Amino acid sequence: MPAFIFRRLWQMLPTMLGVVLLVFLLFNWVGGDPAYILAGKMSSPDAIANIRRQLGVDEPYYVQLGIFLKQIVTFDFGQSWATGEPVGRIIATRLGPSLTVLVPMTVLETLIGVALALAVAFVRGSLTDRAVMVACTVGMSISILVYIIVFQYGLAYRLGLFPVQGWGDNFTDNLLRYAPLPILIGLAVSIAPTLRLYRSFVLDEVNQDYVRTARAKGLPERRVLWVHVLRNAAIPIITHVMANLPALLIGAFLLERFFGIPGIGREVILAVERSDFPVIKAVTVYVAAATMVFNLLADLLYQAVDPRVQLS
Amino acid sequence: MTALPVDHGSAGLWTLAWRRLREDRIAMVALAIVAAFLVMLMLSATGLIAADWEEEVGVNYAPPAFVGASAATMPAAGAATPVPDNPFDPLAADIGALRGEGAATAAPRRATLPFGADKWGHDVVRKTIKGGETSIIVGLIAALVAVGLGTLFGAISGFYGGIVDDLFNWFYSVFTSIPSILMILTVAAVLQQKGVLTIVLILGLTGWTGPYRLIRAEYMRHKAREYVLAADAIGASSWRKMFAHIFPNVSHVALVQLSILAVGFIKAEVILSFLGFGVPVGAVSWGSMLNEAQNELLLGKWWQLTSAAVAMAVLVTAFSLLADALRDALDPKVK
Repeated sequence: MPAFIFRRLWQMLPTMLGVVLLVFLLFNWVGGDPAYILAGKMSSPDAIANIRRQLGVDEPYYVQLGIFLKQIVTFDFGQSWATGEPVGRIIATRLGPSLTVLVPMTVLETLIGVALALAVAFVRGSLTDRAVMVACTVGMSISILVYIIVFQYGLAYRLGLFPVQGWGDNFTDNLLRYAPLPILIGLAVSIAPTLRLYRSFVLDEVNQDYVRTARAKGLPERRVLWVHVLRNAAIPIITHVMANLPALLIGAFLLERFFGIPGIGREVILAVERSDFPVIKAVTVYVAAATMVFNLLADLLYQAVDPRVQLS
Repeated sequence: MTALPVDHGSAGLWTLAWRRLREDRIAMVALAIVAAFLVMLMLSATGLIAADWEEEVGVNYAPPAFVGASAATMPAAGAATPVPDNPFDPLAADIGALRGEGAATAAPRRATLPFGADKWGHDVVRKTIKGGETSIIVGLIAALVAVGLGTLFGAISGFYGGIVDDLFNWFYSVFTSIPSILMILTVAAVLQQKGVLTIVLILGLTGWTGPYRLIRAEYMRHKAREYVLAADAIGASSWRKMFAHIFPNVSHVALVQLSILAVGFIKAEVILSFLGFGVPVGAVSWGSMLNEAQNELLLGKWWQLTSAAVAMAVLVTAFSLLADALRDALDPKVK
């Protein structure tokens, strides 16, 4: 096992290097000279030269790449161009609000998705099954924007069931008062695709030999599905959840923006609007690293769920 | 005796797929809806309909009115936006003046506005059609770019294998380790220019990974088949083998990917335009309509939101159902 983990981490290096190169190329080559963005419209050549020197943009490319690598390793990306706040502190402080929304959302989505997928698989091929699948397709076709606009207007503004937007300093207050509506909308948007996907995972297992054996020895269909099939369908489900975690962090950006939640997603959108490159660079690199780590964790979890899986 | 249709030779993949698709009633309805949207798009793009969407045809925020609504039953201009008379409002006097002025000049209006009018009195139906043109064109072209890139990379990678394959796989793993929405925003931040072309580029350049993986697998399967060896024997070049011989046999994968990506990109364009990274000021897309509608809803003006949301939902539902049916019909395993 440790050998496996070590080898996987070793294999991540070229990919990580690729991500760093890609981000570096995008921002230092495609993105143009940051000094002109920073200095704004009223810029004198002196001011621009000064900024260029401070950023190290006048150095040769390999030196700049070295600076970038050092920033990544030391978690020190300098200061935000827009607010002057250290980038490291921005990421650290924005992570909490994002997780307050995302963790409950992911847990609920997985539980509801699995339960519904098994329930639908139980009646597979029936009219109910087909109706649920059509409803899912329709539900997936409605833009997340529409869900947010309508739910925020209806549930919060008109009915007053939730605060329209906002965020406090107190964790429980945030979780119980401000997070529920974004979580509810997130679920409304994600349950349909999740259900469709999990249903296909479950149905892949239903046709296996072991299911026929379980049925042949007289187990009730309910038990076959909930115990035998679920156990095996868990592998693709775990992969899906793990692989989606980092994307979720950013995927909730619209929710964060609409509800005024000071999370990573809102920060990224703000950074894009303000051309605040250090923040975007830092978030991109670390989220890519997190994605790779979560993929590794998914592989490790495989073995915990299914003893047949050999990690080699 | 009825004459049986004569079957000349065996039916090809596409003929069989079309036969299967035709038996699927849901797929045919979906196909009809998608075709209707495409016809609308073409009429709109050639300026035959909705070209004059910026013409003021109703009062500001005119509510939906169907055939027969006479001018008398329609709210007077200005009265359509009830502003509470707030004595503390420093602009109250101005608003009162504007309201009187609006009533006096009586904005041009039509009796039939099935989806009402927007803030400037534009017909929401025409706006929805024009907005759909932008959203659909962006989605389709971006999907073409993404599938084109994915097919090219996948073909080279799968056909040549070895170090070329390693290189592309590395490239693939780099792209997939950055979540797509973050990738899109990163490229948007770098490109600095907002506009339709930028959106097409962003979506096209970030969307190639899915088609790449599938096309690569198909090329690996096909490159050792007899027909490729035969082509090799008659001296066909690698590029000829890849694109004249193998590609027609894997093109169904590309087509299914194209339809799936187009759906995703239409949705993505709407979100990007909503955030202000998409269509420029003065142009309209479903995303920019939703952006306007968000504030309108607080005033109780729901029709622009409904119009854009329903049009988009109908198209995307039909398109996804068609993509699903297409995948089933083209999947050789189902045969």
